[in-house]
This record gives sequence, structure tokens and C-alpha cells, in this order.
Amino acid sequence: MSVVTNTTTIGAIDLPSRRNTELALLGFAVAIAVFAYANVGLAINGELPSGMLGYGLGLSLLAGVGHMAVRRYAKYADPLLLPLATLLNGVGLAFIWRLDQSERFQALKTFAPAASKQLMYSAVGVALFVAVLLLLKDHRILQRYTYISMVLALFLLVLPMFFPAVNGAKIWISLGPFSIQPGEFAKIIIAIFFSGYLMVKRDALALASRRFMGLYLPRGRDLGPILVVWAISILILVFETDLGTSLLFFGMFVVMLYVATERTSWIVFGLMMSAAGAVGVASFEPHVQQRVTAWLDPFAGWGKEAASEQIAKSLMAFGSGGTLGTGLGQGHSDLIGFAANSDFILATVGEELGLAGMMAFLLIYGLIVERGVRTALAARDPFGKLLAIGLSGAFAIQVFVVAGGVMGLIPLTGMTMPFIAQGGSSVIANWALVGILIRISDTARRPAPAPAPSPDAEMTQVVRP
Amino acid sequence: MNKPLRRIAIFCGLLVFALLIRDNWLQYVRADELNSHKYNRRVTIERYASPRGNIIVDGKPITGTTATDDTDYKYRRTYVNGPMWAPVTGYASQAFDANQLEKLNDGILTGNDDRLFFDRTLSMFTGDKKKGGDVVTTLSGAAQKAAFEGLGDKKGAVAAIEPSTGRILALASTPSYDPSSFAGYHDKDAKAWQALEKDKDKPKLNRALREIYPPGSTFKVLTAAAALEYGKVTDINAATKTPEPYILPDTNREMVNHARNCENATLKYAMEVSCNSVFAKLGHEVGRDNMVKMAEKFGFNNGEIDTPVRAAKSVYDRNMDRPQNALSSIGQFNTNATPLQMAMVAAAIANDGKLMKPYMVEELRSPDLDVLEKHEPEEMSQPMSPRTAQLVQEMMEAVVNSDNGTGGKAKIKGATVGGKTGTAQHGELNKARPYAWFISYAKTDSGSPVAVAVVVEDSSATRDDISGGGLAGPIARDVMKAVLDSKK
Repeated sequence: MSVVTNTTTIGAIDLPSRRNTELALLGFAVAIAVFAYANVGLAINGELPSGMLGYGLGLSLLAGVGHMAVRRYAKYADPLLLPLATLLNGVGLAFIWRLDQSERFQALKTFAPAASKQLMYSAVGVALFVAVLLLLKDHRILQRYTYISMVLALFLLVLPMFFPAVNGAKIWISLGPFSIQPGEFAKIIIAIFFSGYLMVKRDALALASRRFMGLYLPRGRDLGPILVVWAISILILVFETDLGTSLLFFGMFVVMLYVATERTSWIVFGLMMSAAGAVGVASFEPHVQQRVTAWLDPFAGWGKEAASEQIAKSLMAFGSGGTLGTGLGQGHSDLIGFAANSDFILATVGEELGLAGMMAFLLIYGLIVERGVRTALAARDPFGKLLAIGLSGAFAIQVFVVAGGVMGLIPLTGMTMPFIAQGGSSVIANWALVGILIRISDTARRPAPAPAPSPDAEMTQVVRP
Repeated sequence: MNKPLRRIAIFCGLLVFALLIRDNWLQYVRADELNSHKYNRRVTIERYASPRGNIIVDGKPITGTTATDDTDYKYRRTYVNGPMWAPVTGYASQAFDANQLEKLNDGILTGNDDRLFFDRTLSMFTGDKKKGGDVVTTLSGAAQKAAFEGLGDKKGAVAAIEPSTGRILALASTPSYDPSSFAGYHDKDAKAWQALEKDKDKPKLNRALREIYPPGSTFKVLTAAAALEYGKVTDINAATKTPEPYILPDTNREMVNHARNCENATLKYAMEVSCNSVFAKLGHEVGRDNMVKMAEKFGFNNGEIDTPVRAAKSVYDRNMDRPQNALSSIGQFNTNATPLQMAMVAAAIANDGKLMKPYMVEELRSPDLDVLEKHEPEEMSQPMSPRTAQLVQEMMEAVVNSDNGTGGKAKIKGATVGGKTGTAQHGELNKARPYAWFISYAKTDSGSPVAVAVVVEDSSATRDDISGGGLAGPIARDVMKAVLDSKK
């Protein structure tokens, strides 16, 4: 992070910073989102929505502020991450607004429009993104807080146990009018802890092992950390009955452990332990059993099990979309009812944008993960590598768990789709996650400091007019 | 550390790939199945999202649409004189799906049919609301009214056909129901539906098409046609050498006659007074296999008579023994027929032996009255020669016109009417009240415009043939008269 002070009057030719590419892509992302918003208005009310100008300006402002922060504080950062996140966030807002327009929801007593609130949360998210870039000059600073992170993450994970369950899962804490999903923040903080811890311990974990049947078996005492994390994730599953968060943390840990030690045996252990844990818990936890039954045959529980019915409705929404979808604002995904704009928002994407739109969304998520992995590859320090792969791995697993859940590929869990689903915690935490990735990618792509100039070099004179 | 990183990248790629595969599976492979799933309310919502097209009789709609203030279903089906037309239209209900023409032509009526693609696209540009097309039927309002009012509060059914084309002119069933009463999805609709479901008179049953009755003596015209066609009788005015009493083959059971003078009666006389013995003997002489062949040419044992609403399968048993075949020849034992089937028998005879395929949808029209599909008359079979048909006609006309004929009540001034009565015994030991049948056709100089079959269930008639003529005959006469009058 040293500022290169070059005494030569003609400086080294800068590597392209790609900031202008980013700006162009941002313009594109904002345009698509505004177009989606207008499309919803035209389809439902036959006119351009009155809030379109405000929405367009708000989104442009958020994108602009984000871009300026990157230009100023992370000049060499990856040019794709910010536009991709903006696109998802913007289109997600259009979808939430579209579900606000549903007459079916408006007829409910509990109805409250969610779009404007979500725009506010997005603003907070972007503010946090800017704050990360502003305050975190170098991601390696985070390494200092390894054990504080651990304590904080555990605290955040344990906290929801003391609050009442919402819809069968204890993943919320409510503070007055706000309810927060601490798991979303814990995801980032625990990645910091894992990175710091594994960076120190990786050699011990990797080298001190015995070979058995082609696998390197770790020493008993080195199994400690993975057992602890496994135990914690099982406890989350049991006490908070949240399969998604549990899977997310354990998956992230196994990924990072594998990257840190380069030992395939960890993956084998990880898979075995998670399988054993999941089967074990499913055998006595009714909430988890219900989810599994609902997953195996969603239509069997129609009219009897709310959980099955919801998945069945989600599947029918996807099926009704077909290849090209009904068009924005013209589907009936609001028939899903509860959580249509949060956990099940992908069903609306599937119904109204069809297979084509869904594939585009999945590829955008895939692209974010790809940029994260690329950042990890390019990072020059092990801490940065571990943190980047941890965050992008967690992002990938979350996308898989949520999208797989609503599409009936795996049992449904109570997590939200990053950026597009309604919910403050999720959007704020994910903006912070993107902020950290941008910080690491900036460090990774920043040109190495030029060698100190030779004092003997002749000065070249430049005459300026 | 880069090697495991690359592997993790592949792993993440696989996760996304799995989602893409699953998505294709859901939205491409299973799309149709999920889209039309019985729990998917989108089908019903779509059905009532725009004004539904109409079912047309004599150029006037017998259905309608009314706007609702509901968030799910914008429009609701209404019916003009619902109970009278229910056997034709069927119902279209927000809660209870649809049936008959409403269901079979749902695509046209909602406007979602592929043939209306151009109209839909056009209305997208002009900003018009999507509209449904119309289903134009072959029915005659006057004939239907005569049939429905003739049945009154009796239980029964009427089917009338135009013999030369197969166009269905009347299709009535009583007791009937009003499809408007459960067209919505509110509590009162559910109550009306449940009341109809529980009603032991089964008002929702379309008796003209979907109920089979033993045809009784009306089946004798078919036996007569078979006897003539297979050469068992060559002169309808010659004695048939029938003993009295006639003992059913291979048994010592006597075939009971309710008519007099059946011993050695001529075929014509046997028809007039409805001698059981003569027709049982002739059916036996024609033989089971030939009787089956004849009945099947008329449409018996055919489970796919689609008008387009599918009629129930009328039965002439293929595997019975000789006495059973003799009984079946007078419309007893296992023989069963829908009113439509017996109307087809009368129509084929009136049309000089040629049976036209019955249909009730004349054409399908787009919202701007373009014809999308027109139904052309289609020959179904030729059960008998014109000569045979004319002989049977002569006998059926004698039933109506001769002094001792059983069908005198069906006479119409200015037209020639041929008919046959029937009283079908049924139930255990024939204790249940018999069904009164009457099948007939009317003829003018320009051919026969109508053939009709009437059945009245649960009649309080005594067990002789006059009851068929007495109860069902006047209804048949009114229906025929309505058609004749409308031709003038």
C-alpha cells in the first residue's frame, strides 16, 4: 500500500485500472433495472410508474457513489463485481415492487409495501460498502482481529436462540421495529476468523499426517478445530432448526480448510461428517423431517402441510413460466403467498422471466462467484486468498442452497437470495461482502511497486508549455 | 494454494451447473405438466381473466359473462335459461372446473387457443382486452324448449337429430340444474354444488348422453331391420310362423306377450302392437353375431361417439347365449342404450338407411366472427339398404297411424310420422317403475327434418306398451312439431 513516488518525470505506464469499463457496465446495469421497473408499471397499470424517476435517480446515485468510492479508494479493483451487484440489487427492487402491486397481497390485512424500505436498506448497504473501502485500507488489517472475530461470530450465531422462532426457524433477532438476521453478518465475520486461524495453522494441519489407504489422515489433535466447527454447525441445526446456515458454515469451513492445507482428505472428512450430522439430526428433529418430506414429494402434502404446499406452489410458478416466462407483472407468483418476495422471490423470476431469465440470473450469480475465485487466485498473500475464497465459496453455497431449495433440488432452508430478496440484513451484509472482495482484488491487481530508480539515471527534461 | 483454488472454482461451477440443469428440468421438461397441474389455480384464473366467449344457439348466446369485483377471477359465467341448456353447455365454475362444451372448447372460449394467436397479437397492439371466441351449436331453440317443457317435472331425457346431417337439434335432461348457481367460488356456490352432488335424483347427470337405459320395445325396429336385411323376413305382410306361446330357445321359459293376436302375426302387425314373441323369435333366427353386427353399425358398443361431448357406450352384449340373445332382441337382458343412441336408430331409418355422425358444434368463431373451424356432416355407417329402411318406415308409420297402433299420440297434421313405443322393465324382478320410451321421426315432401328419442324414467305407467306412447309420445310429437314449424 505504499504510494509510489517516482522521481522520473515520465512514470511507468500504468496498468489499466478498468474503472471506465466498470462505469459503462454500471450504466448498463442501472438501465436494465429501470427498464424492468417501467415494464412492471406498464404491464400492471398500463402506464409508466410514478416513482420511476425517483427510483432511477436513487439507483443511479447508489451506483454512482459506489463507483466513485471504488475509483478513489480501490483503483485497481475488479471491474465486474460492482455492476453485477448493482444489477441484481436493482432488478431485485423491481421484483419486490412488482409484488407490492399484487392485488392479492394488497387485500391482506398484514400487507405493507416493501420496495421503498428495501431501497433504503440498499442505500445502507452501499454506505457500508463505501465504508469498507474507506476504512479498510488493506484487508490484511483484518488478520489482527482473528480471535475477536471468532467471539463475535459465535455471539451472533448463538444470539437467535434466545429469541422466539419465526416460522419454525430461529434465525431472527428482533430489536424494536427491526428484525435482524445475524447469520448474514456472521457469515463474513467467521470467514475472517477462519482465514486468520488457518493461515497460522495450515502447515501443521497439512504436514503432520499419516498416510492410510491413499488418504492423509490428520493427527488426532489436529482434528480439533474441524470437530469444533462441526459441533457448532450441528448445534445451530438443532437449536435454531436452520439447515441452511448450518450447511453454509460447515461448507465454508471445509472449503477453506482444503484450500489452506491442499489435502483432499479434509473434503472426504467434511462430507462424511456433514452427511452423518444431517442424517443424525433429521432422525429426531421434526422441523427438519418436515422439510425433507416436503422436498421428496411436494404435492403429496397439499392442503395438509404448509411447507409442502409452499414448495409445490413454487414449482408450479416455475412451470407456468416456461421457456420465456409470462413477462414482468403478468404472472401469478403471488399465489405462493407467504414469503413470495423474500425466500421465494426466485419463483417470481422463474414465472415472469421464464427459463431464459432464470438462467441469466443464475449465470450472474455464477459470475460473481467466478470474480471472487479469480480474486483469490490473484491475491498475493495467503490471508487474502483464504478470505476471498471463503467469502465467494459461502456466496456460492448460499445461492445453491436457496435456489436449489425453491426449485426443489434440495430440501428448503430459510435463507434468502443475495441482493434480490426482500430483507435488510441480507442486502446490507452482501454489500459488505462485495466491498471486502473489491478491496482484496484491488490489492491483488495493483501493479507491484516499481524498482527504485537508479540515482545515476539521467534526468530527462520535459518542457511544458 | 492455487491448485485447490482451481478445484474449488470447478466445484462452484458445478453448483451453478446443477441449478441450471434443475431449472431446465422444471421450466422446460416439466413445464406443461406443472402448468396444467390440478392444484395450479393459474388455469382457472386465466379462464376468467377476460370475458369468456359464448355458446350460440339460433344466432343468440345462451351464455354470458359478468364482471366481478374479485382479485382472482375478474369475470364470472352466467347462463340464459341454465337448466334448459345445461345438458348442452355443461358448466364453467371458478371453483369446480368445467365440463362438456365449456370444457372441450375452453381454448376458444377463453381466447387461448392457438388458432386465436393472431387475434391475441393484434389486440396486444391495439390495446384491446383479450376476448374469447364463440361456439356455434347446431341446436334448435324451439325444439329444446319443447323437449324441456314436455319433460316438465318428470325425470327423463330427449335427444333429437336431423337425420340427413346428424346435427343434434335438442338435448334435454330432467331434473336439471342451473350452472349459474355454482359458477363462482364463494360459500353459496359450494353449497349449491354440494346440494346437487347429494341430490339422489342426480340433476347434474346429462341423461340424454351419459345415461344408459334398457330400450325395451323401441329396440324392435332394429331387430326388424336385421330380420329384413338378413332375409329372415321378405314380406312384412306375411305371417311369421310364430307359435303362441313362444318358448325361448334352449329353455322352457315362455316369452310373455302383452299384446293380443301375436300367433303367426305379420311383421307389420307385430310392430304395430309390439309382439314380444315375434321379435324374440326373429332375433333368435338372425343369430347373436348378426344381431351384434347390426347393432354395432347403429353405434352400439362404441365408446367413442363424440358429439364432441362423449356419449356413454350403448351395449348389445357380444357374448350371451341363445335365449339371452332372443331377450336382447326385444330390448331386455343386457341391452342398454342412451337416448342419443335410440335417436340415431330412428334417424338412420328416416334417412333411408344411412347413419350420419351426430354432432352439436356447427362452427368455432373468432371474436371478430371469422370461422375457425366448420363441422361438415359425416357419414358414420350404412346399417341397412334403402329398401329395408323404407319397409321399416312403413311399419313405424303404421304404429302411429293404424287403428291398433301404440303410437297414435304422436300424429302431426301435415307431416308423416313414424314411431315406436317402448316400456322397459328393469330393477330386481322388474319391480321398479318402468321406463317409458318413444322413438320417432317426422317426414314431409322434402325429406325428414327430425328424428327424436324420448325416455321418461320412473313413470307411473302400467306395464304395457301404451304407456310409452302415452307418456313419451306427446313429448316427441311436440319436439317434432317445433322443428317442423321452424322450417316453415
